[in-house]
Amino acid sequence: MTDAVTRSDEQLMVELRNMNKWYGEFHVLKNINLQVKRGERIVICGPSGSGKSTMIRCINRLEEHQSGDIIVNGIPLTQDVKKIEAIRKDVGMVFQHFNLFPHLTVLENCVLAPIWVKKIPRKEAEATAMKYLERVKIPEQAKKYPGQLSGGQQQRVAIARSLCMNPDVMLFDEPTSALDPEMIKEVLDVMIELAQEGMTMLCVTHEMGFAKTVADRVIFMDGGQIIEENNPHEFFNNPQHERTQLFLSQILNH
Amino acid sequence: MKYELQPTLPPPPNTIGVVGWARKHLFNGPFNSIATILLAWLAVTLLIPVIDWVFISANWSGTTRDACTGEGACWVFIGQRIDQFLYGFYPREETWRLDLSFVLLLALILWLAIPKLPAKGWAAVLTLIVYPIVAFYLLTGGAFGLVAVDTHEWGGLSLTLVLAVVGMVASLPLGILLALGRQSDMPIVKSLSVIYIEIWRGVPLITVLFMASVMLPLFFPEGMNFDKLLRALIGITLFQSAYMAEVIRGGLQAIPKGQYEAADALGLGYWQKMILIILPQALKMMIPGIVNTFIALFKDTSLVLIIGLFDLLAIVQAATNDPRWIGYATEGYVFVAFVFWLFCFSMSRYSQHLEKRLQTGHGNRA
Repeated sequence: MTDAVTRSDEQLMVELRNMNKWYGEFHVLKNINLQVKRGERIVICGPSGSGKSTMIRCINRLEEHQSGDIIVNGIPLTQDVKKIEAIRKDVGMVFQHFNLFPHLTVLENCVLAPIWVKKIPRKEAEATAMKYLERVKIPEQAKKYPGQLSGGQQQRVAIARSLCMNPDVMLFDEPTSALDPEMIKEVLDVMIELAQEGMTMLCVTHEMGFAKTVADRVIFMDGGQIIEENNPHEFFNNPQHERTQLFLSQILNH
Repeated sequence: MKYELQPTLPPPPNTIGVVGWARKHLFNGPFNSIATILLAWLAVTLLIPVIDWVFISANWSGTTRDACTGEGACWVFIGQRIDQFLYGFYPREETWRLDLSFVLLLALILWLAIPKLPAKGWAAVLTLIVYPIVAFYLLTGGAFGLVAVDTHEWGGLSLTLVLAVVGMVASLPLGILLALGRQSDMPIVKSLSVIYIEIWRGVPLITVLFMASVMLPLFFPEGMNFDKLLRALIGITLFQSAYMAEVIRGGLQAIPKGQYEAADALGLGYWQKMILIILPQALKMMIPGIVNTFIALFKDTSLVLIIGLFDLLAIVQAATNDPRWIGYATEGYVFVAFVFWLFCFSMSRYSQHLEKRLQTGHGNRA
């Protein structure tokens, strides 16, 4: 019995149980329940203001939830700073606006957290960083500053920076929304590759092509609630809920 | 039909060279032309007498006021008193200690400021930790075979520099802590910082110095008395740190929220986030404001004359009352103004240079 519980817990990377969040009087997230297994790729979509970014930002405590439980990699998320820091070590995040550190070079951006948070020797951290910069196909930019790169290159650096911490799960918060159309593909290609290598991913995105290619599950949110979740095939071809149908017709048929 | 590119024509002659520049910037309309001529006339009529007074008709050599024969300034007065203006009443045979302190400081500053020189980390350690101890023993003496020199005997430019350097070095870190405190999530830390900043910003520096030198001793038990210079230094530091805190807070607020979030998401702790990510950007952005505060501090040090410390201004003022040199106050004040200007202008130029050098790109977000 206990064995079964632990085993199923080990399978779970992220679990949200009856999670609620308010901004003052405004109820942003209502009774969210979500289980993400190790290696699972989840795409979260929905109209703006539906709470999808807020939800994934709760997972690494960039936003605080007021009730319910969040358990990441077996660690329950509480006020305890130690637990928050432990979770943040395991969770990588990629932002809409990249949020690279403009005063540091690309390489320094990548090695900073491994050196200071994980106490990895600089030599080793730099080797790892170069490996990931190669994987996102920009090792030649290592000595440049973020301001000298294009948006797509910056976002790929941001992905490499997260990977350098060797995270167990990656959160993507609209990673392509701030990019020019011709740069979206280079970032998506990196994300698809990452997904194929088995990284656990939660992506808030409007790239439905990406969802169809890599997602194990698509989640549709509206008004702070999870309205529908299904595998991509069912989700796109046979949406159950009226609001999902409306949303899909708006983003697919134009 | 065949088209051929025409060769590029040279620009019209009256748009290039000195004439072109003058036409464009000085005489590009009747109003500007009149303004140019008027200002040129004013500059000439005002500058010529000044240059004449300072250089042409001035007396430069001699030992007494009998040497002052010209119509212009008599720099003999400054020349005769220069030792006192620089060193105050510091014993003459010990002034090498002052010289050495400032040469050391200058060398360390150059080491830190010139980008090509290596081992900045060591330079910083030497400047911030080793140097203050060395300078303290050099200046006050009383150990290592050095004669003790009481701070009553300090004065002149060296005193001004001691006040300014200590004030700057101490108020910057204190200001950073206060600015972080004011932004803190912890209510007690936050209120204490706000109260501190608002109290010190709300009182004039003169009041602070008076309090430090006249009222503070009243609260101490009989016989306990600590150095007047030290009290002035503490007063200046506490006062300026409040201003520094507000300048730095401006910088902290200008850092986009995404920078804090990215640092959090990577698992950096509060101090790591501040020291590695936020402060380097905030301080860089605030260089003009910080240097502005430094310049204000440098000039404010002359207020210590009201509590009986003889800084550069006070000591020159005292010298103008010397019966042998009555009537040469103008030269004295011009000299003081020039020295203050020289230091403040250097700081201002260096800050401009630093701003350009630290420019690493165009920021990275909308």
